Amino acid sequence: MLLEIKNLHANIEGKEILKGINLKVNIGEVHAIMGPNGSGKSTLAQVLAGREEYEVTKGEIIYNEKNLLELSPEDRAREGVFLAFQYPVEIPGVSNTNLLKTALNEIRKYQGQPELDAMEFLSLIKSKMKLVELDQTLVSRSVNEGFSGGEKKRNEIFQMAVLEPKLAVLDETDSGLDIDALRIVANGVNKLKSEKNAIVVVTHYQRLLNYIVPDFVHVLYKGKIVRSGDKSLALELEEKGYDWIKAPSDSVEVA
Amino acid sequence: MSVTETSKIEELANKEYKYGFVTDIETESLPKGLNEEIISQLSAIKKEPPFMLEWRLKAYKHWLTMKEPHWPNVKYDPINYQDISYYSAPKKKPQLNSLDEVDPELVRTFEKLGISLEEQKRLSGVAVDAVFDSVSVATTFKEKLSELGIIFCSMSEAIRNHPDLIQKYLGSVVPYTDNFFASLNSAVFSDGSFVYVPKGVRCPMELSTYFRINAANTGQFERTLIVADEGAYVSYLEGCTAPMRDENQLHAAVVELVALDNAEIKYSTIQNWYAGDKEGKGGIYNFVTKRGACRGVNSKISWTQVETGSAITWKYPSCILQGDNSIGEFYSVALTNHRQQADTGTKMIHLGKNTRSTIISKGISAGFSNNSYRGLVKIVKKADNARNFSQCDSLLLGDKCGAHTFPYLEINNPSAQIEHEATTSKIGEDQIFYLNSRGIATEDAINLIVNGYCKEVFKELPMEFAVEATKLLSVSLEGSVG
Repeated sequence: MLLEIKNLHANIEGKEILKGINLKVNIGEVHAIMGPNGSGKSTLAQVLAGREEYEVTKGEIIYNEKNLLELSPEDRAREGVFLAFQYPVEIPGVSNTNLLKTALNEIRKYQGQPELDAMEFLSLIKSKMKLVELDQTLVSRSVNEGFSGGEKKRNEIFQMAVLEPKLAVLDETDSGLDIDALRIVANGVNKLKSEKNAIVVVTHYQRLLNYIVPDFVHVLYKGKIVRSGDKSLALELEEKGYDWIKAPSDSVEVA
Repeated sequence: MSVTETSKIEELANKEYKYGFVTDIETESLPKGLNEEIISQLSAIKKEPPFMLEWRLKAYKHWLTMKEPHWPNVKYDPINYQDISYYSAPKKKPQLNSLDEVDPELVRTFEKLGISLEEQKRLSGVAVDAVFDSVSVATTFKEKLSELGIIFCSMSEAIRNHPDLIQKYLGSVVPYTDNFFASLNSAVFSDGSFVYVPKGVRCPMELSTYFRINAANTGQFERTLIVADEGAYVSYLEGCTAPMRDENQLHAAVVELVALDNAEIKYSTIQNWYAGDKEGKGGIYNFVTKRGACRGVNSKISWTQVETGSAITWKYPSCILQGDNSIGEFYSVALTNHRQQADTGTKMIHLGKNTRSTIISKGISAGFSNNSYRGLVKIVKKADNARNFSQCDSLLLGDKCGAHTFPYLEINNPSAQIEHEATTSKIGEDQIFYLNSRGIATEDAINLIVNGYCKEVFKELPMEFAVEATKLLSVSLEGSVG
């Protein structure tokens, strides 16, 4: 078991967003977490990455036999957790290569591996650039500065390719992408998928799942996973919308 | 920013000043106070020729007619000029032939600062003229330089040995009537550096002086003069650290640069004097007049500064672009943290035709500090086809600090091309979290962002200085994001 979330409750500014999440992810699996707006999908992604604005009030997260909640955000990354942001941040003056070299070497140091020198690093990123069809000019520019929406998302997947996480959480990586960009991003993710890692795809729409085919689909609603199934569940949601999921769980809550 | 992150940052910000220690070399000082008698004694101690004493006294008399200016955007308690000792020198001051003869205590001081003369000599080939409490105690590489006819010595020596050059150039860029602090400096300057590079000579090494303010309550009044004769080139580095003090120390230096036809001077500064404690107690008042004259055609003067220290910094390294086609440049990183105040910038005075100037200023404010950019671009009527590009950026860390920009433009010639860009940004918690989530700790994340922001200025610094500057910023900034 790579990740086990048990009865996770989390607040932001005193408001409870996650109300008892349970989820198990094994290595080699792809999970999709779907749900209507405001159901807590992004909160779950942020809590996994360690954003401190979110207060975990109950429950636990076991990652790779460690208590994830006790680790700082940077140590989670060094343990192999990666979050592809829904809204990647712009960092003027810091080049993508500089960020990645610093990040990769921090991770390698933590894992007891030797740091890469400039030449080794450059040949590594060259091979990874192809995966997401990112060109050299974009890679040497400041992190996300002046990037289009699609370029930002591709850059996230490029970072994932370089850092080679064990657990990648993709937070609405499909939002704001046109169909071509979506295909490029999805192809990149598919090439990175292996028997040594697991991927959790957080998405609102089914269309990304045409490209990244999940082993499991979970529907998050009002802070809980209300239904789990295989990829056919996503297709069902696409067809029927979220209402048929909402109705029974709302009535349960009332009762 | 979350509570945890803020407290982590506060903890880092509360680290003590790393270079705060006092060296106990016995010092010989003049009594506190300022009058003609003191100035005469000072001049006598330094065995100066009569012209120098005359000049000092003229400056003193003029200073008495002036009032301390209060226009900058800084606040401080009144300075009692009679409560300052205007001269202090290490007691043991033999003529030194080699570093072995330097007071071992002094050598240890330099070693603590990581700027050991021996290391400098052996590793980097940098000639060092070390000013320690107003008197130069060690000068290296002099012979090598003198083979090329380059004079690199203390100001005191220059006054005794090269009176003709001193009389010709001292006060020719910053006259003793220039401003309150420059007048004071002219009257009481204790020492400093002098460089003369003769016609057509390219100085083969970076010339470097490390200043260090040591004796408590001793105002430091350095005087530096650099002259690059026709077709000459020199790069000069000035770097400073100071021990911790409780009382404010006034530092009013004057630096004059003269570039003749086709000459180039590059002047780089790293300033890291004691900034006071977290509440702003103690720390150096750094009120400096730095000015360069591009006197000849096609001459060039370039100022690069990294200012991280001092309780108050008040300085505007400037260029007077007199010669046709001359070039002035100003690259600055000014960082303020805790209660520090900085009012700094430049003046580019375009007098000649086809003169060009570039201003890149990067202000970084953290803690409760205040950081102001103040710059003047002046183009006179006769200065045809003058060009200026100015970029003034401010970076804020936290929400209790201030950044201010005061650009002044005086354009009197319609052919001038002036560009001004300004930005203000803030290191956000989003940026830090983003870098955290890539495995980079908060402190390193801040350094990455700040160094990225300062990149354009750092690339102007000589290599070893750039490395020092990067280190200095991370020490000065340790945890100041809010």
